[in-house]
Amino acid sequence: MAESAAAQRHWRRPPFIKSPRIRWCLWAAAAIYLALAFGTMDIDWGRVLDGLPRGQRFIASFFPPDFITRWESIYEGIYESLWMTVTSTVVGVALSIPVGLGAARNLAPLPVYLACRAIVALSRTFPEIILAIFFVKIFGFGPFAGFLALSIATIGFYGKLLAEDIESMDPAQAEAVRATGASWFQWLNYSIQPQVMPRMIGLALYRLDINFRESAVVGIVGGGGIGATLLTAFDRYEFESAAAILLVIIGIVMLVEYSSSWIRGKVK
Amino acid sequence: MLRLEKLVKQYKTGDKALKSIDLEVPPGQVMALIGPSGAGKSTLIRCVNRLVEPTSGSVRLNDIEITGLGSRELRRARRRMGMIFQEYALVERLTVMENVLSGRLGYVGFWRSYFRRFPQTDIDEAFRLLERVGLDHMVDKRADELSGGQRQRVGIARALIQDPDLLLVDEPTASLDPKTSRQIMRLICELCEERHLAAIINIHDVLLAQMFARRIVGLQMGEIVYDGPADDLGSEELTKIYGEEDWSATIRKVDDEEDDEPAEVIPEHHGPKTSRPDDVVSGI
Repeated sequence: MAESAAAQRHWRRPPFIKSPRIRWCLWAAAAIYLALAFGTMDIDWGRVLDGLPRGQRFIASFFPPDFITRWESIYEGIYESLWMTVTSTVVGVALSIPVGLGAARNLAPLPVYLACRAIVALSRTFPEIILAIFFVKIFGFGPFAGFLALSIATIGFYGKLLAEDIESMDPAQAEAVRATGASWFQWLNYSIQPQVMPRMIGLALYRLDINFRESAVVGIVGGGGIGATLLTAFDRYEFESAAAILLVIIGIVMLVEYSSSWIRGKVK
Repeated sequence: MLRLEKLVKQYKTGDKALKSIDLEVPPGQVMALIGPSGAGKSTLIRCVNRLVEPTSGSVRLNDIEITGLGSRELRRARRRMGMIFQEYALVERLTVMENVLSGRLGYVGFWRSYFRRFPQTDIDEAFRLLERVGLDHMVDKRADELSGGQRQRVGIARALIQDPDLLLVDEPTASLDPKTSRQIMRLICELCEERHLAAIINIHDVLLAQMFARRIVGLQMGEIVYDGPADDLGSEELTKIYGEEDWSATIRKVDDEEDDEPAEVIPEHHGPKTSRPDDVVSGI
């Protein structure tokens, strides 16, 4: 008994950063940086107080939402936005399949990999709104510019996630199909596609959702769709109509959200 | 039929997985390849169908030099080599039938395979094979709904529908229970006999290897250290392959000799499986 008591050994989980000095220095550095960052934000509390009633009045002017007066242009805007959303998602996803295959390290040789990763990185660098400004400058106002902006943004998003899904697939299944003497395209169709398909369907629906929301943003810079209608309503101080537009957008986003999660549940 | 000459595989890390392997497998022979983990067993069979690219040496199957083939000819040559995997390696989200038919991919064009419109002869053969392995009622089940033993049966059917001359079998029983392991090994060996196929079976379980293969090859650190009949594998040979250990429980031969009936052992395992007395009597 006495011996086993003497042999008692303590145990504690080893810390992630071994040296206690470095550990504490990192904590201190993070705290100082945060304190400085908050310090640079100079908040004028007087202006905040002035703003509050103004905000109240602004929000009150949204009520009651008016669907009737501008229904024609709301309908047209929504119609254009949906059209833009669907086409840009389909085209973007279609284009991102070759890009995604090329950007998967376990499929593509190094030069192809680097090129495809560059495409992905480039299209992810610019947010939809910058792309839209760019295309409006080139092709003029209208939904075509918005369509292009959303398609390109989709390539960056979908290509990257497709490549990552392919990279994390089960290599044994791919090896087994390769061993049968299948050609490269047969191999893709029989071993890669079944593995990535459910997630890719889910992501396509998610991208559809994002593209619809972004179509409203893109419209504000001249890319057509419901965003343009919304901007016009604000410019004319028709806040009741703007409220109606916002409600329609919220409704559609919720509809897409629920239906896509339902579909995702079905596809496994 | 299959001949490996001076086969070397050196990985990029510098590890020599295979050091000049010479091996010949005649038609119809079932050969077990045993050895410790990391001895190079998997590498060896993957060098045969070039899932792993050999560094040097030659692999000849029916006088075709596999190592020199371009990608199109390699695909053609792979059709003659069926492969069965550890953990089955079925495509989980495809149905049993699709998995079996994927064994025909080397024979059909892309669009046919894309629309799952395989020739009727392939479909007939798939049904025949599924019936043979006892799974013809599961044709449209998805592979991930099957049990381990059922999955491996699908894996066997996929390999056989290729109409191969040679089976490359990589640890077929590694994730199966003892009874299913025996059933799967028995099935593989029976099918090899029926179709006169040669097979290289990588296997960890020495007893199982002795039970089902006539010839055993022992691999250690990328070199063949034993090549002989299953019955000659004794304590000394196992020590050479695996290292020092008390092998008395692993060696079947020793027990057999004590029982004074060595000749009975092999038929016992190939013949009727249940040993209920009345079965034996009626069998006689």
